[in-house]
Amino acid sequence: MAKITAGIACSHVPAIGVAMDQHITDQPYWQPVFEGFDYSREWNKKNKPDVVFLVYNDHCTAFDASVIPTFALGCAAEFTPADEGWGPRPVPVVKNHQEFASHIAQSLVLDEFDITIMNEMDVDHGLTVPLSVMFGDKTPEDEWGTLVIPLAVNVVQYPAPTANRCFALGQAIRRAVDSWDEDINVHIYGTGGMSHQLQSQRAGLINATWDQQFMDILVNEPEKARKISHLEFLRETGSEGIEMVMWLVMRGALDEKVTEVHRHYHVPASNTAVGHLILENHA
Amino acid sequence: MTRKEKEYDDIPGTFVFDADRSRQGYWLNQFCISLSKESGRQAFRDDPEAHMAKFKMTEEQKQAVRDRDWNGLLELGGNIYYTSKLGAFDGIVFQDLAAMMSGMSRDDYRKMMVDGGRSPEGNRYKSEWEKK
Repeated sequence: MAKITAGIACSHVPAIGVAMDQHITDQPYWQPVFEGFDYSREWNKKNKPDVVFLVYNDHCTAFDASVIPTFALGCAAEFTPADEGWGPRPVPVVKNHQEFASHIAQSLVLDEFDITIMNEMDVDHGLTVPLSVMFGDKTPEDEWGTLVIPLAVNVVQYPAPTANRCFALGQAIRRAVDSWDEDINVHIYGTGGMSHQLQSQRAGLINATWDQQFMDILVNEPEKARKISHLEFLRETGSEGIEMVMWLVMRGALDEKVTEVHRHYHVPASNTAVGHLILENHA
Repeated sequence: MTRKEKEYDDIPGTFVFDADRSRQGYWLNQFCISLSKESGRQAFRDDPEAHMAKFKMTEEQKQAVRDRDWNGLLELGGNIYYTSKLGAFDGIVFQDLAAMMSGMSRDDYRKMMVDGGRSPEGNRYKSEWEKK
């Protein structure tokens, strides 16, 4: 039976990808960001997933303003890293477990989550940066070392799906994974965040106290975390902090009780607070 | 129909990109996103006006593009993930774009971020800004 053995939360700041691609991660500015990923890469080697279910948001790459699906599940055989305006990242093509993805799509719809199915999709830094964080430096000729099922969540046009809905979707993903009869190790990633505002006069907002409290309740009191309102995300964590709803999808797919084996928090990476958690599931 | 007041209207210095802004900025955003492909960048380099004319932007929106009025673009319905493609076209890194929008110098903004970012204290409500 397929099993979700861990949940990983990770910011997907594009500059983290740029720092890796330009090999400047040991510079004083970046060193404290990447130091917190050393443990994660070792842990990832020891707990190697067969499939990563990766919850992220597309930044107007696969979806421009003409199509805005709230939840879109990647069912294509593979996903190419996109040109986001400065050329594609030099990282491997992302390969899917297509049969498993199709099973999850079917299970979710019958479970009354009416997701969009993507049979062609390019992926941007929202997806590739967390993979780089966990799997380290890779060239386009390499393999990532895992299959990946992407789930894109709209957080660009307000309103994003609520924290509560994201948590419930995570629970439905768990049911879909649990009903797949193949002996594979699955990790689920919730990406984006933490506090950041990229626009207008309030750009640069960071709320470290709130971020740390959010990580505490996400881990230990998820029933509280799923009640956080959009207004609270916007006011307390900046207009782009609302990406943290995607961490709720990850949390919803895990057991009520989990073990936090790693936490990393650092300000700043470019305009953003970097947050990262590894949570082990026991079921 | 006048725009209804929104619960997030009292957050200072923030444009929440909701459906009203999305409708207003549709062609502006589609123009901006065309710059994420080399073909669009080349067309805009070759003839900015001709490339802009392919999108049904208002004259005001076109002028904000010409002026690189970063906050003006947001006010006219632009979204930062789109307008940042115009910034990237100009070779402006995201952090410097953020500095420009917040009215700070590049160095001051960078220092603010390294020192922990803009505090939420005094930055949650418009009324707090009006007192300043």
